[in-house]
Amino acid sequence: MRNPARLAAGVVASAALVLSGCASGGDDTSASDEETAASEDVCESADGDGPAIGLAYDVGGVGDQSFNDSAYAGLSRAVEELDATCAQAAAQAGENDADREERLRTLIDGGYDTIIGVGFVYSVAVYNVAPDFPEVYFGIIDGFNPTESQKDLPNVANIGFAANEGSFLVGAAAALTTESDNVGFIGGTNTPLIQAFEAGFNAGVEEVDPQIEIQSQYLSQDDPVKGFENPAGGETAATGMYENGADVIYHAAGKSGLGLFDAVVQAGEGNWAIGVDSDQYLTADPDQQPYILTSMLKRVDTGVFEFAQGVAEGNPPSGYVTYDLASGGVDYSTSNDALPTEVIEQVDQFKQQIIDDEIEVPSEL
Amino acid sequence: MSLARRVLLGATAPVLAFAVAALVTTVVIVGAGASPGEFWQVLLSAPEARYYVSIVNSAAVLYLSGLAAAIGFRMNLFNIGVEGQYRVATFAGAVFAGWAVLPGPLNTVAAILVAMAAGAAWAGIAALLRVTRGVSEVISTIMLNAIALSLVAYLLQKVGSREGQTYVTDAIPRSAWVPSIPLIPGEISQVYGLALLALVAGVGFSVLLRRSRFGFDLRATGESESAAVASGVDVKRMVVWAMLLSGALAGLIGMPELFGASHAYGSTIQTGIGFTGIAVALLGRNNAWGIAFAAMVFAYLNQQASPLSIEADISTEIIAVTQGVVVLSVVIVYEVVRRYRVRLEQTEVARALRQQRKEQGVAA
Repeated sequence: MRNPARLAAGVVASAALVLSGCASGGDDTSASDEETAASEDVCESADGDGPAIGLAYDVGGVGDQSFNDSAYAGLSRAVEELDATCAQAAAQAGENDADREERLRTLIDGGYDTIIGVGFVYSVAVYNVAPDFPEVYFGIIDGFNPTESQKDLPNVANIGFAANEGSFLVGAAAALTTESDNVGFIGGTNTPLIQAFEAGFNAGVEEVDPQIEIQSQYLSQDDPVKGFENPAGGETAATGMYENGADVIYHAAGKSGLGLFDAVVQAGEGNWAIGVDSDQYLTADPDQQPYILTSMLKRVDTGVFEFAQGVAEGNPPSGYVTYDLASGGVDYSTSNDALPTEVIEQVDQFKQQIIDDEIEVPSEL
Repeated sequence: MSLARRVLLGATAPVLAFAVAALVTTVVIVGAGASPGEFWQVLLSAPEARYYVSIVNSAAVLYLSGLAAAIGFRMNLFNIGVEGQYRVATFAGAVFAGWAVLPGPLNTVAAILVAMAAGAAWAGIAALLRVTRGVSEVISTIMLNAIALSLVAYLLQKVGSREGQTYVTDAIPRSAWVPSIPLIPGEISQVYGLALLALVAGVGFSVLLRRSRFGFDLRATGESESAAVASGVDVKRMVVWAMLLSGALAGLIGMPELFGASHAYGSTIQTGIGFTGIAVALLGRNNAWGIAFAAMVFAYLNQQASPLSIEADISTEIIAVTQGVVVLSVVIVYEVVRRYRVRLEQTEVARALRQQRKEQGVAA
């Protein structure tokens, strides 16, 4: 490579590609970033004699104001109420199962005996590591058993959520709110986990009015970075949907959803966004807050906390543990006063019907 | 220029590059509000025994990826599409091996060949576009990456079966698995058997480039296309072959893990190795030994990311920053040293000429 221009182009291109994983994190320098940065210290000050929790995140980690932050909230609660000590480990972009296994082993080496993998990508790694450490308890958020035999391990719990049920409720809320009879769904990756959100959302919308048009878009087929770490992509998708007539958009795209909140502000009054996992009304920027109609709550925090609690009480969960509407593991938020009381009343009725098994919410498209 | 000086200059570049990289990284860490002392302590402390296994595994894979990129780079052909070629190839290999049409090890060998062919074919599209329509391979390979990722994900949902939250292809029958090598006795983690592919590929790369007519033509085209054409090299043919080889090498990237650990292609496949390979090739200056060193550096840094966040509470993203900084400083420092050397040579030649002229003047 003697040609300097080609060389420079190559360097710039490759540097951009290599670093693109962390570049996406820089788009949102909101006040809440500082909050998370400051509160990341919960493990530093924790020195109780409760369970020693090691929390392993997938790419992105704390700061998405959504899925991972919810796990973090559960960890904080465990530190407060169970006197837990803890360590957090974040993943890098482009890992394989061996890398995840190493992360788990490093946590165990560090003396942590309650290990939680935040995200189903940890399933294979946990099932590989767990048999070697019978004294250590493992929880996997959204996890599954990848082994051929499907035999449960006594020290592994797959903590699942009926996200379709919660999504049904926000779908109903969207249908009751829309004036253009046009709503949207933005998913991170086109994978079964996220498809369940869409299936529930669609069912909720159709329950209220089957005539309403539903636009749907996934940010990526299966690349988690492009799907969940991509606020710019989220904004583009959302802007397209608003311009295409939607006035309520629900996202299940982690940090990419922050782009939806930017888009709804630009779309202006009369347009709404629906958050996911955490109550995103509470963490959004003040200028975005009025637009966040509600959020589908996937109580990852409860899952993390109750898992730690089970271990602390000598009663560690194992196998599949599912959090649904009935157990309060999923729900919708009512913190924004803009959500009318009539809507809340109706959605609460649906909620009761689901709990009473009068409505069956599909989990697959 | 004296030999001692030449050696000194040769050693200056890498040492200086890493010094600059260390300095810049330290500044970044201080800027991010973390403790540089802790960072260097964790980064430079010797990893535990079993980590060496993962360093070897990940270095082998990165090495293959670096070689794939370097073949093109040596003739000024920027194959940015290693990532897409690797995905298409690994998927094709996994599906083929999953069908189990051939028995045992034959299946393994055939699947590897299928993967290489698939990688080469995907790269071949870019090569054809370049030689027939003059489309820059940089653009076409980037586009082909996007297409490959979506296409494979789509096909996976069609061909594969659902497992938990993911889709996976049919598992490769046990008889076709490649046993791992216990590098450190008593450790659970083992080196992938097919990590040896990296050695084979490295030797092949060196021999091909240095000892064959093809390699000579390839390097000649890279040094100066017009000179190569003048001496009878068919540049179009070279473009096609270099891209095909690059794609075939990219096809090997996924094999160690496929036959050593995962035994199927699933939606949680490792991403980004193809892109990292570009950086590894640049860092390794497109030479077989250099790339091996670069792959080790990258693998080592990746490995230290976990302890960094767990023990020192420093974000793992700093590792990506460090890697980027290392690559940039190597490229920049080598260029600066090269220019310095050229200037040095020029002054020496000028001095010699003056001397000669003076002597001639005296003689006249």
